[in-house]
Amino acid sequence: MQKYDVVIIGGGVVGCATARELTRYKLRVALFEGAPDICSGQSKANTAIVHAGFDAKPGTDKARFNVIGNAMFDTLARELDVHFERNGSIVLAFSDEGIPELEKLVWRGVANGVKGLRVIRAEELRNLEPNVSAKAVAALFAPSGGIVSPYELTFAYAENAVKNGAAVFREAPVTDVRRDGRGGYLVRAGGRECAARAVVNCAGVHADEINNRVSAERIGITPRRGEYHIVDKSYGKLFKSAIFQLPTAMGKGVLVARTVEDTILLGPTAEDIPDREDKSTTAGGLAKVLERAALTWEDIPRRGFITTFSGIRAHCDKDDFVLGEPGDAPLFFNAAGIESPGLTAAPAIAVYLAESVAQRLRAAENPAFDPVRKAIPAFRTMDADERAAAIAKNPDYAKIVCRCENVSEAEIRECIRRPVGARSVDGVKFRARAGMGRCQSGFCLTRVMEILAEELGVPETEITKSGGGSYLVSGRIFGEEEGGRA
Amino acid sequence: MREREVGVLVIGGGPAGLAAGIAAKEAGCARVLVVDREDAPGGILKQCIHNGFGLQAFGEELTGTEYAERYIEKAFAAGVEVACGTMAIDLTGGRVATIVSRARGLETVRAGAVVLAMGCRERPRGALATPGSRCAGVYTAGNAQKLVNMKGLMPGKRVVILGSGDIGLIMARRMTFMGARVLACVELMPYSAGLTRNIVQCLDDFGIPLLLSHTVVDIKGRERLEGVSVAAVDETLSPIPGTERELACDTLLLSVGLLPENELSSTAGVRLSPATGGAEVDENLQTAVPGVFSCGNVLHVHDLVDFVSEEAARAGKAAARYAAGETRPRGTVPVEAGSGVGGIVPQFLGEQIEGDVKLMFRTRGIYKKARVVAERGGREIYSKREMILVPGEMVGVTLKKDALGSGREPVRVRIEV
Repeated sequence: MQKYDVVIIGGGVVGCATARELTRYKLRVALFEGAPDICSGQSKANTAIVHAGFDAKPGTDKARFNVIGNAMFDTLARELDVHFERNGSIVLAFSDEGIPELEKLVWRGVANGVKGLRVIRAEELRNLEPNVSAKAVAALFAPSGGIVSPYELTFAYAENAVKNGAAVFREAPVTDVRRDGRGGYLVRAGGRECAARAVVNCAGVHADEINNRVSAERIGITPRRGEYHIVDKSYGKLFKSAIFQLPTAMGKGVLVARTVEDTILLGPTAEDIPDREDKSTTAGGLAKVLERAALTWEDIPRRGFITTFSGIRAHCDKDDFVLGEPGDAPLFFNAAGIESPGLTAAPAIAVYLAESVAQRLRAAENPAFDPVRKAIPAFRTMDADERAAAIAKNPDYAKIVCRCENVSEAEIRECIRRPVGARSVDGVKFRARAGMGRCQSGFCLTRVMEILAEELGVPETEITKSGGGSYLVSGRIFGEEEGGRA
Repeated sequence: MREREVGVLVIGGGPAGLAAGIAAKEAGCARVLVVDREDAPGGILKQCIHNGFGLQAFGEELTGTEYAERYIEKAFAAGVEVACGTMAIDLTGGRVATIVSRARGLETVRAGAVVLAMGCRERPRGALATPGSRCAGVYTAGNAQKLVNMKGLMPGKRVVILGSGDIGLIMARRMTFMGARVLACVELMPYSAGLTRNIVQCLDDFGIPLLLSHTVVDIKGRERLEGVSVAAVDETLSPIPGTERELACDTLLLSVGLLPENELSSTAGVRLSPATGGAEVDENLQTAVPGVFSCGNVLHVHDLVDFVSEEAARAGKAAARYAAGETRPRGTVPVEAGSGVGGIVPQFLGEQIEGDVKLMFRTRGIYKKARVVAERGGREIYSKREMILVPGEMVGVTLKKDALGSGREPVRVRIEV
């Protein structure tokens, strides 16, 4: 039986970050992800905002870890080579009655330790964001707010964790966790059992199921769906900051936020649903997003729509993060109920958990730990000289596969070859951006399938959209058959 | 970085680019370079193994691949340089392009004139914002066509087609030939966007129902598509509650419109028409950027490739003349789309016209026993009675040089019922 010092359950941003932070210590670390790829749940589908920290109730773990996490992003983005911009956040008020509400947010932020918050009037708002609706009369400005690519961050954490010695297993759903009677745990993942001195529960919408197996301090997670629209990057220059709304009579506001890739996110809705995996979008939800986003952005260009998506937040009935060891399960650590501002808090949660685990296991520091991970150099962000140099080194850089995002064959091959690399078309899409642009893989799909088949050494009939049974084709009509599926 | 100079640079080696390249060469341009991002020229015709091409251009019925082959052979015979696996990644208003290829790396191309012939792309699912699951099994019709015809891979076995554009109709027949069951072709509008002959030959002949004024309102399936909900729509194109029905299927093909691929044109400062999604051009196919011409589906989405070739040849010839020093600015006399007329090309005319001028457009709806009328300064300069006009088929209006006359008076085209 495999023995680890620490088993992490769940390969979202918190799990992968915790894996990386644990490799700062001399510990054998394994991470198990049930889905075909890491970053498949909430970490993939959220607002991609690094929150300033004025929203969470003072005194909560959400408030505390939000503010600590936010401050970590500059260093982290440098170490892991991920896109991060401190572009500021704005909360719009659409009537004078909203101004006291904005001031309340300022005070809440001050109590949480957020710096630089202030209420700005229409004129300054217009200067800052000329394309915001004329209906907005004032706003809260939070200069420390930022944006990050949540999946880039998660993949970077995982790559760095593996580089520093962690093992990451995918398609390895944890079906059982129990005490081994000697102070440790037995974890059944992907049909195999392994032993762990400590367990970290980062199982997202399933975190309650995992916790409730080992602790009587039960927690309950409600899957809360949020639906989004994405608008093409040609509109990305319209807004600088992430723009929130104060709640109005119409309900909780939605966000209009530029992403680090210059697309614009509109959303989310918030709807409690029974099925933890139901990531479908609905006509009603999408309509609601548009109706409310139009308060911020008056003429949303429908011809700019690229796609829609939904994410499932793990809302905990305690309405706060659940972190650390329950009283009755020593060496079992929770990171449960990690909903917004979970992405912002994730780096801080990971450090906190890793330190707690290391302390309890009396682990020594790992002197070989290297915090640096390099991103795959992207053709689209290079200047002419960099492009020429990249092509001279690897001619695959001269072969553009995804024309909307200018992604080269070199990048696609590299994202498959990397640790915890892509195994599916969506895996390539989220790592290298091929297929994420305005044509949504209309042109590059077949080529990406070919490259995946070559790199993975499987027939094209085996290639999936996102792992599991999401096969892209039902069979072969002609051409060589290398013994694919029946 | 390598640099080279050419007389005419053609971006895109599909039917438009090839015809433009050949015409530029025939017009006397010594160095004509056609770049194409794919590994072989021919563009979308490479995957069009069905017939119906060339009736207008050659008076015979060819497959798409045969049609392309004729132009490819002609281009090589004429001495047009065709660089495949080569993508234009930048274009300036000064007609300097950056191209990249595995064979030659990055290159700067300075061109006397440029012909934009990048074609179009299919509207994806996201553009419709169709709700539901993002499972596998949802393809644009063109992508499915590529899988089947070029890769020998079968997208699925039980198929619903959303949208009745020509590629969708063609794929209804192709998937049926390949052993799939096509349950229905679902069209939002009360009429099809495709050619009548395709509805007859690809749907009717195989008993595939065409559900007009219907749409897909939900997409179901966790990993692979399991079914779609189809509902009728009202006059505002909104789904009518209570009319939903479930169709169990593993494949949904989308044929919901084509969008000219003008991202590169925009970087060069080319002005686009909101009505066509393509450049605003004059009768010589010149855009607002001097020396930059546009033709084929990147200019406006055509119904027949024969018209693409004809239009592209005019663009190629005009580009060669520009490169040879016969420069003149784009015309500024407006061509206006009147009642019933969709995006019209060209949008402008010169004050002095050299010959007959061909206008092309699509109607905004179905018109029976209607007249297509062109007027200038209160004079009727064209009138033709048509039995039926449908948006799926382009209307061509050839204005005689003499009837057109000259001057700054705009030309207006309308449908008279």
